Amino acid sequence: MNYPIDLINLRNQSPLIIGWLILFLLMSWGCKKNDSANLPTPKEEFKGFYKPNHFPDIQQPFDVSKINESSFLLGKRLFYDPILSRDSTVSCGSCHIQSSAFTQHGHDVSHGIDDLLGRRNTLPIQNLMWQKNYLWDGGILNLELVAINAITSPVEMDENLPRVVEKLKRSKIYPKMFKDAFGSEEITSIKMLVALGHFMALFISDKSKYDDVMKGKAQFTEQEQRGYNLFKQHCSSCHKEPLFTDETFRNNGIQQFFTIDKGRYEISLMEGDEGKFKVPSLRNLEFTAPYMHDGRFKTLQEVLNHYSSGIINYPNLDPLLVNKIPLNSQEKEDILSFLKTLTDRSFIQEKRFSEF
Amino acid sequence: MVMKKSFKSLYSVLLLIVLLSVTACKKKDEHQHDDPTPAKPGEIEFHFENRVGSLKFYLGENYVTEAGDTIKFTMFNYYLSNFQLIKEDGSLHTIPKDSSYFLLKANDLESQEIHFKNIPAGKYKGVRFIIGIDSLKSAAPAEQRTGVLDPATGAQGMYWSWNTGYIFVKAEGTCKVPDSTINFRYHIGLFGGYSTPTINNIKNVELMFNQNVEVKEGKKPNIHCYVNPLEMFKTPTTFSIPTQPTIMASPASKTIADNYADMIKFDHVH
Repeated sequence: MNYPIDLINLRNQSPLIIGWLILFLLMSWGCKKNDSANLPTPKEEFKGFYKPNHFPDIQQPFDVSKINESSFLLGKRLFYDPILSRDSTVSCGSCHIQSSAFTQHGHDVSHGIDDLLGRRNTLPIQNLMWQKNYLWDGGILNLELVAINAITSPVEMDENLPRVVEKLKRSKIYPKMFKDAFGSEEITSIKMLVALGHFMALFISDKSKYDDVMKGKAQFTEQEQRGYNLFKQHCSSCHKEPLFTDETFRNNGIQQFFTIDKGRYEISLMEGDEGKFKVPSLRNLEFTAPYMHDGRFKTLQEVLNHYSSGIINYPNLDPLLVNKIPLNSQEKEDILSFLKTLTDRSFIQEKRFSEF
Repeated sequence: MVMKKSFKSLYSVLLLIVLLSVTACKKKDEHQHDDPTPAKPGEIEFHFENRVGSLKFYLGENYVTEAGDTIKFTMFNYYLSNFQLIKEDGSLHTIPKDSSYFLLKANDLESQEIHFKNIPAGKYKGVRFIIGIDSLKSAAPAEQRTGVLDPATGAQGMYWSWNTGYIFVKAEGTCKVPDSTINFRYHIGLFGGYSTPTINNIKNVELMFNQNVEVKEGKKPNIHCYVNPLEMFKTPTTFSIPTQPTIMASPASKTIADNYADMIKFDHVH
């Protein structure tokens, strides 16, 4: 904690002043503790954004150099605060649960306000700074603008930004938090979105066994290595290492007709984009079930079965999948064994990101 | 003695400075005819007035479209941005980007007046701008979206939360059909995509004035333009509203955008 008073220069002053100063410091310390009673105070020194050495360059224009402990904590508070929703029932954290790598565990499609259901499976929040765009259709280009979608969607939080700002202004805690984060008590929707971005930009998952192997700190088991070889042969052209997505939109033949959800086409309106969805990252996939844009597959076994024998030859089917991916049972087991090395337990247990 | 000497040299230095500055002034004067922008900058105003033919346009009034539909508007908003003034010699003066975004609303007459300061003195023969918001700004970080571009305040209702980008032209109202009326909603946007392509409905406009307009200090010419909302429904495509009363982000948006590309016309200079 930094106090704007130079203690060393005060040493030569009368002990009375020092006495008052200590009293004042103790009092303000007490106040601080009270104010942030609901917030876990990180014990370690705040670590801002970093790029893991084996990751490529970031893709977002978002300014990560401005992330500080206060803006991160403000973003965290907002992320878990249901006042962002119309009736204060749903927070960002309601559908993005840390223990499920910030997805909504067990829900095929997301479950929002008034028990309404969305059309799509909640995506994990991880390694966001390496994405060019967001959501299954890539409709949002900027990290800090993603939250507008969830806040204003009638089936998610069904609120509007001016009302959220009003609620934040009336709160006892937020004006001070905005001041700590941005230097002024003024609350604007842009600052709110940026703070949420400051929180989420630090969701970096880079400590899986796979990462350790890449860094030379660990070794795959024999089965994992076989799985990795098969993965490189059959999967990595779309699920590109080390982020396990090439950020493209593809049709993977899970259904023939896209009437409810046309995917990327709804954004691009370009012929040929019907039924294409963003290739999702495979990191932490052990926690992110169910799978696919509509959550149709409950297990990874089902997913692998789809790629080996279930693909439908739809006109927009990705050329790489036309011949399916022939895999026998042993090969599927091996791939599954490798995919589990993408699990990053430290990420889903990281205290800094957790609600409580 | 020493004092005197230094005074003397001080005087000569001063004299030299005076002489030099006088000749400097002379030189500048002599060159004035060659230099196109020696004088102090001035201002220029644009007035984009909504009109249908020779009549002022009003929300809530009946109009008949090219296709014969009787319609009333309840809203007619659009963005203009990226202004460039065309000089007499054809070169361009680009308005600084961040003072070059405007949201013009039919229910807000003030929003239809655009005022540029600090324009280099000279003669101008036309103006270029776009109807809509360029792709760079459409993909800019939130902190660079201020004023009419702030999704929560200035751009409220003119921003798509599910598809990064602004609604360039938003027209809503009612249309008479046999025995009843239907609502129409045209929310036209799409800037062409950033990393992968989408439909591009950005429209470049160039208007030539009927005379060279002089900008100089103390003079504030006003360029009066007429904007016809009914152009959305004609040339090149005569568009019948009941066939598609709602168009938002869909391929049909291109039809409306191609139509409104020529909705703004220069009329006169004050």
